[in-house]
Amino acid sequence: MLDIAVSYNKYKFLGDEFLTWVWYVVENEINIKPMLAMECNTVSLKLGNTIVLENSLGDESSEKITIKGDDAGLEEGTTALRKGAVVTEMNLIFTVDENEWRFSIKGESMNITGLKTPATGNIESQDDIEGAVLEKIELYTIPLQAIDTLFEYFIKKRVSDRWRDIEIPAMREWISL
Amino acid sequence: MGLLSSSVSIARYRVEGKFESSILESVRNGLTKNIISQIEDEYAEISVGWTPLESEFDPDFEKFSFSFGTYFVFSLRIDKKSVPSKIIKKHVALEVIKKLKETHRDFLSKNEKKDIKDLITEKLMRQMPSTPNTYDVMWDYENATVLFFSTQKAANEELETLFKKSFQLKLIRLFPFTMIENSLTLKDEEKDLAANLASTKLLR
Repeated sequence: MLDIAVSYNKYKFLGDEFLTWVWYVVENEINIKPMLAMECNTVSLKLGNTIVLENSLGDESSEKITIKGDDAGLEEGTTALRKGAVVTEMNLIFTVDENEWRFSIKGESMNITGLKTPATGNIESQDDIEGAVLEKIELYTIPLQAIDTLFEYFIKKRVSDRWRDIEIPAMREWISL
Repeated sequence: MGLLSSSVSIARYRVEGKFESSILESVRNGLTKNIISQIEDEYAEISVGWTPLESEFDPDFEKFSFSFGTYFVFSLRIDKKSVPSKIIKKHVALEVIKKLKETHRDFLSKNEKKDIKDLITEKLMRQMPSTPNTYDVMWDYENATVLFFSTQKAANEELETLFKKSFQLKLIRLFPFTMIENSLTLKDEEKDLAANLASTKLLR
């Protein structure tokens, strides 16, 4: 068993590669429903208002590119990918039927920040608290489980020959467009 | 940011181990024995403890619940004292002037200045009230997972330490490596392959 700090640093590249792949999936409008196997009519993942890329320049320095704004052009991002960058953080909009979640996710830690769930009922008395807590927990669980499932799907693909033979060529073609 | 806020940050954990005796009583004991202290310790720079979700400043788990459906939900409170560096600088300067006058000297040695700074810092720390910060915790005992509603490094470290002390169960932070290790879907063979992966170069 690896030391926790060592394993964090050694495998953080997998989190960044996961987000890079997620961006590829989102941009190419690849259907995520079969990957998630959720019981719903529609499910989608879209890029939100921020994406952060990092390009390691060796000698412990790195180049960081942050693209912000609802209608920001993403050309600089794909250019960065062409230069060897990976996505280190991104804001996502996750939709299941009529419900929408927005959140940012960091590749190295998988930490979630700024998570906004679909609207919930107001708490008007002390008696409403338990119901509100349980409703919120359920609403947090849905996107977290989706991330876990997508990550496992990515890892299964990542360790297979399919990654080298199909996914990498397809991602290269996407960033070269 | 708390569990009921409109926007939250989440760090995730897996809980290693199970209780040998009653779950509810074990959690209750762990929480009540480690509640945040009501009395401010003038010498302590930091004070850490549990408090109910519904009651940040009345840490009474008899009065307020920690069991919500099949989950345990409570809060970690960290009370921390800190003196702004500019206040320390001002008081040190005043003390130096006073000492120079008293001793009819033109300057103080580096060591004398350091001693003054240490004394002033200690005195101000004692006078300074601590600032409370509360972070919610959601523990799904059945699935051995914890959601901690903060991604701040220091708050996460305090959670890991107090959780172990309170419940004698270890929290394993979930990040790419531990997510793979703890996955119930990935096969052992896939986990082994993942452990030996090198980064992909999209650059041709």
